[in-house]
Amino acid sequence: MAAVDFSTRKQVTRPPTPWYRHPLARSILYHGLVATAALIMLYPILWLVGSSFKPPDEIWTNQTAILPIEPYPQNYPNGWAGFGGISFATFYRNSLFYATLGTILSVSASAVVAYGFARVRFRGRRLWFAIMLLTLMLPTQVQIIPQYIVFKQLGWLNTFYPLLLPRIGGSAFFIFMIIQFIRSIPVDLDEAAMIDGASKVGIFLRVILPQLTPAIITAAIFSFYWTWDEFLVPLIYLNSPELYLVSLALRTFSDPSGQTDWGAIFAMSALSLLPVFVIFITFQRYLVEGISTTGLKG
Amino acid sequence: MAAATLTKAKRRKRSSFGQDNLVGYLFIGPWLAAFFLFTLIPILVSLALSFTDYNVLSNSGDFIGLDNFQRMFFEDRRYARSVNATLKYVVFAVPLRLVFALGVAMLLNTWRRGVGVYRAAFYAPSIVGGSIAVAVMWREIFGNDGLVNFTLNLLGIEGPNWLGRPETAIWTLIILAAWQFGSPMLIFLAGLKNIPKHLYESAEIDGANAFQRFLRITLPMLTPIIFFNLIMQLISGFMVFTQAFIVTQGKPLDTTLFYALYVYRRAFELNEMGYASAMAWVMLMVIALLTALVFRSSSYWVHYESDEGPA
Repeated sequence: MAAVDFSTRKQVTRPPTPWYRHPLARSILYHGLVATAALIMLYPILWLVGSSFKPPDEIWTNQTAILPIEPYPQNYPNGWAGFGGISFATFYRNSLFYATLGTILSVSASAVVAYGFARVRFRGRRLWFAIMLLTLMLPTQVQIIPQYIVFKQLGWLNTFYPLLLPRIGGSAFFIFMIIQFIRSIPVDLDEAAMIDGASKVGIFLRVILPQLTPAIITAAIFSFYWTWDEFLVPLIYLNSPELYLVSLALRTFSDPSGQTDWGAIFAMSALSLLPVFVIFITFQRYLVEGISTTGLKG
Repeated sequence: MAAATLTKAKRRKRSSFGQDNLVGYLFIGPWLAAFFLFTLIPILVSLALSFTDYNVLSNSGDFIGLDNFQRMFFEDRRYARSVNATLKYVVFAVPLRLVFALGVAMLLNTWRRGVGVYRAAFYAPSIVGGSIAVAVMWREIFGNDGLVNFTLNLLGIEGPNWLGRPETAIWTLIILAAWQFGSPMLIFLAGLKNIPKHLYESAEIDGANAFQRFLRITLPMLTPIIFFNLIMQLISGFMVFTQAFIVTQGKPLDTTLFYALYVYRRAFELNEMGYASAMAWVMLMVIALLTALVFRSSSYWVHYESDEGPA
């Protein structure tokens, strides 16, 4: 191990470093390997976007290529026309409405509830907190059937109430995330405000809430893109095509027994991923931090 | 969870924070109300329904005792196939996803330039993975003359009918799941960054090679995170729905008729809500049991640093 042999005081020559230990070689190896793997991972998505610009014949003949030989943007207007006389404009309007309102509801409620759990001491707090964490593991299937029966009795099928109402209590995942965040805010600030005569509500609004911005942005991003992708619950409640979300519309639009215009299907599929990607690229830092911290501090 | 007890103990010492029941319940009120209305009561109603033959169209049902459960376990062949399909999916998809997640996280756990871009690239499939768009694309890729078979054809291989054959259909969904290892990867990555550098340095001085360092340091230090990821992935694995609904529709021969999909079919396509409720309750019990089992086993393999306690 030792490079110097002390008994003879002679310098022992180190064996020459093999080429693959050379920093530059290692760097090239590393980037070559990781970049190839990353490209393989991205290939299906790039392929989808590329295929959405291929003319009908190229979709089958020039299948493996990402880039079309002759770009054919016509797929987009073709797909946008939708089905049954309803265009994708309607579906996007529905999805935007639902994802925006749903996000506002669940994130704002989550912030309020999180403050209660994190900063107010009350009887039963630990019990309710434990129950809330347990609800994270509940399969939707045990809740959805009775909910459906009641909402049907109320005549709320084909409305957004069954999708939005359950969000008034926030979401356990976001509540937990925001609680973790509030805990990292020093209690001294609360105490100082309290000495100044602020109530709990006042502390929440003036001390805690302004500092919650990063946590709220993270929750809002997750909420928006989960809501955008939501499928099972809308599938159950929204049956008339005028109310379809983009996810539901895409399913009907791509029905193998009906549609054969794959260019249009690819175009609408790629388009439906656009909002999610824009959010992902703009707010990547928040997403990474959100996932890392809620995963770790549990 | 443990952090709750920790901070609570600390806070109890602070006299200025008195108990405030009314304010506390006001703040958690929205959650509490939603919990009772949309979770607890429905779950209990669902339990009650599972002993009936409730039909939503006629809004009527009779108490039929344990008939639903008897039918499920002894008569319904599709139920058995659905359980089989789900188990097979979970057994392959969850470990695959975790292994990919850990492997890539270790590759990305470096300060080289460009790592941020790679991280985004590996995470991207997960951000779109749950979407209908990706499921539709998957159906095309594995279709009879889809991308996979087209490529195989170029290599002179005649690809099978992936979605039509019972042996292959489920694998298209397992591959789809394995492709989306982004979230556990990010969690592993954060965990890897938390492992103290000096552990590796002293191991290296002691002559441990890379594999030994992985086995003796990385894995034990990561066990709490492996544990967390395992639980989350198990639960989501058991609830897989959308992908099977779009890509394979449960076909062929029910080999991809995952549990959640079968519950949906019974409840909302065949209007057998009593039977579907019984199935959902069995699912709840299985998930609860499995989670409890993993939790129980954790004392044997999850390593917490004694001086810090579970973070």
